[in-house]
Amino acid sequence: MKNKLLISSLTTLVFSIGATNLVQAEEYKHGGSMIVTYKDDVSTLDPAIGYDWQNWAMIKSLFDALLDYEPGTTILKNDLADSYQISEDGLTYTFNLKSGVKFHNGRKMIAADVKYSLDRVTNPKTQSPGAGFFASIKGYDEVSSGAANGLSGIRVINDSKIEITLSRPDATFLHVMGLNFASIVPKEAVDQWGADFGKHPVGTGAFKLTEWTLGQRLVFTKNPDYYQAGVPYLDQITFEVGQAPIVALLRLERGEVDIAGDGIPPAKFLSIKNDPKFEGSIVEGSQLHTGYVTLNVKMKPFDNLKVRQAVNMAINKERIVRIINGRAVVANQPLPPLMPGYDKNYQGYSYDPEKAKSLLAEAGLQDGFTTELYVANTDPQPRIAQAIQQDLKDVGIKVVIKALAQANVIAAGGEEDQAPMIWSGGMAWIADFPDASNFYGPILGCAGAIKGGWNWSWYCNESIDARAIAADSMTDPADVEKREAAWRSIFTDIQNDAPWVPIFNEQRFTIRSSRLTGPDGVFVDPVHIPVHYDFIATKDGQ
Amino acid sequence: MIIYFLRRLSIAAMILLGISFITYVLLFWVPADPVQQIAGRSATPETIANIRHQLGLDLPFYQQYGLYLGNLLQGDLGRSYIQKTNVSELIQSRLPASLLLMAASIVTELLIGLNMGILAAVKRGTFVDNLLMVVSFIGVSSPQFVVGILLLYVFAVQLEWFPIGGYGTFSHIVLPALTLGLLGAGWYARMMRSTMLDVLELDFIRTAKAKGLGKLRVIFRHAVPNALLPIIAMIGIDIGIFMSGIVVVESVFGWPGIGQLAWQAIQRVDIPIIMGVTLTASCAIVLGNLLADIIAFFIDPRIKLK
Repeated sequence: MKNKLLISSLTTLVFSIGATNLVQAEEYKHGGSMIVTYKDDVSTLDPAIGYDWQNWAMIKSLFDALLDYEPGTTILKNDLADSYQISEDGLTYTFNLKSGVKFHNGRKMIAADVKYSLDRVTNPKTQSPGAGFFASIKGYDEVSSGAANGLSGIRVINDSKIEITLSRPDATFLHVMGLNFASIVPKEAVDQWGADFGKHPVGTGAFKLTEWTLGQRLVFTKNPDYYQAGVPYLDQITFEVGQAPIVALLRLERGEVDIAGDGIPPAKFLSIKNDPKFEGSIVEGSQLHTGYVTLNVKMKPFDNLKVRQAVNMAINKERIVRIINGRAVVANQPLPPLMPGYDKNYQGYSYDPEKAKSLLAEAGLQDGFTTELYVANTDPQPRIAQAIQQDLKDVGIKVVIKALAQANVIAAGGEEDQAPMIWSGGMAWIADFPDASNFYGPILGCAGAIKGGWNWSWYCNESIDARAIAADSMTDPADVEKREAAWRSIFTDIQNDAPWVPIFNEQRFTIRSSRLTGPDGVFVDPVHIPVHYDFIATKDGQ
Repeated sequence: MIIYFLRRLSIAAMILLGISFITYVLLFWVPADPVQQIAGRSATPETIANIRHQLGLDLPFYQQYGLYLGNLLQGDLGRSYIQKTNVSELIQSRLPASLLLMAASIVTELLIGLNMGILAAVKRGTFVDNLLMVVSFIGVSSPQFVVGILLLYVFAVQLEWFPIGGYGTFSHIVLPALTLGLLGAGWYARMMRSTMLDVLELDFIRTAKAKGLGKLRVIFRHAVPNALLPIIAMIGIDIGIFMSGIVVVESVFGWPGIGQLAWQAIQRVDIPIIMGVTLTASCAIVLGNLLADIIAFFIDPRIKLK
């Protein structure tokens, strides 16, 4: 065990050195511009509210938080924080801020802005979907209920120093301070624009918004005062919205577009990948994603462990990966391989229809049963559901496929007695931050097993809940390995209970024009999704 | 005339009220929770309850609808749940693009359809007539998303005559207007052919021919104006067809109009936008029909407005 831990800490070290070198070793030209397309309108650029994978990286380029991640990796680093200290009891974090950081409006960023930003995101009036991430900060409950206007746990010591006190130890707190929701915003700009701040964002980030023509385009221009010297590389990014993915690809082929933001449509994937014209234009990377089938443990016959195990053994995951043209790797546990806490040695349930049949017989279901599989109705999800249907038919389970609009599947999953099985494709969990904890609470913990929640298997194991809390209380940086091991066993124990059938971990593919360059990692950044705009450059500086 | 106009307007207001009610009921019963869409996956139950309360979505149906109507009367279409922008602002910024596309499509369909119809009528029973009618039949029955992608592929990708989607210049509008216009052109060709055939049988055409007028002059000066009347009424009805067509065509060509806005809003259960676009489109249809009636009155004084 000890050996294994050592190895994993060594690989992290090597990985992190490799990654930093990657960004610094090669020199990329400054200047130039690029065009990125998206199908949908950009919803909002208010960092307290924006929460879709289209505005996620855009917000990261306009705003900064105290912490961020090394480009192309999941390694936490300081951003607006210059340094920080954690108290012995793990409850008090003192952040020293970088000096000379300016907002896009020219004003200097100070500690009071940090307090204002965190008070704002937790204030119910802001309607932030991310407010709950800050629940461990002292005073959160009072702000959340409307009894207080600011978090009592945040104290401004001076303009460049701020102290945040937690009400309980929270090992994920530093990751939370790296979320978009923790971005620092200037009060005067929020007051000026009110509810329209998301259309007139003012941050400290590498780019500033200089044009937004509703329904057509947004233009980001380089922030000349950005605190990080030499960043960003590009002078300008134009986001064109309303472009169907297939149209974006055709334009990219012609050199009119540099990045197709929505990626490669599934139906075109093979032909694009094998097309010599696109050789070197496609960057592949991992992401913090798992695609899974939930088995509702509150509904018969999935309340029986043997039935859940049988379903786990009956599905041929290799074949499903082939259906999506190999754009994924087979999964055997809830955590994706990129996530700290992933267990490389765990075997899970391997494909074994005969064993599945005998398990069903042991459960008294030798004659099979009929059940329903809910699935989003956009390609390729129904095709994947059909593959699952065929596999389960071979062991005697008759599956009726319910292909519905995504919002309706989500609603069905949030009801205790509606969806016996859901294929998560298109709605699957992608971690908010690279910590195993984020893969537990909402989707496998008791907290998510509520009406309207995201724990669609309704699995609620109180002893595992207790272990999760214990793991998240290990805040001492020296306990990182211990904590990772705790999470590792939590997830393998959950998988032994089989509330999910983990199917695959989707790979990300970004298609870019041949004039772009930069470290490969930033084109498939696991945090700045889909790409890390600040570190993309053009080959010729044009 | 004025009384007729006012009565039509008041009926139109009632139609719009009915449409708003039906749409609101349907959206209320959609088995998807808009709050869940707004709050995202990591929201705690308190966050969800808070957002639901602030948007008034925890109120009973009649109160929600009443509030919506009250705001609507003051010209407030509400704020988009997802885009966090005033719906009227979103529609205003996109309506010009849709109207432009609609106007271009009407011109396209009339140019193609009427000429096809006239030619077919004049060459009645010949190969040309048969060919044109087959073509119009294909135009009427082809789904617009297929026609759109086909035109894109041939004229933009292969031949590179036009840009691949987008908005801004004249060359951007050609393919989307053609996609929308081909459908209407098919209808107009068939209609124009049959009304022309009727008109060509009439006495005054025979008289005109007997006077020794040139063939073109007989057709365009005497026959066509008399065959146009039913076509004008048709344009009013057409606006409704366009409104459904733009949802598809705007999405294919990346045309920044209200059809694209509606399509995105439907996918994200953004109720204020869906309501706003539905009402705007209904207004356009109602006004379009009214306008067609009035134009017909001015073109042909024999028509009485009742």
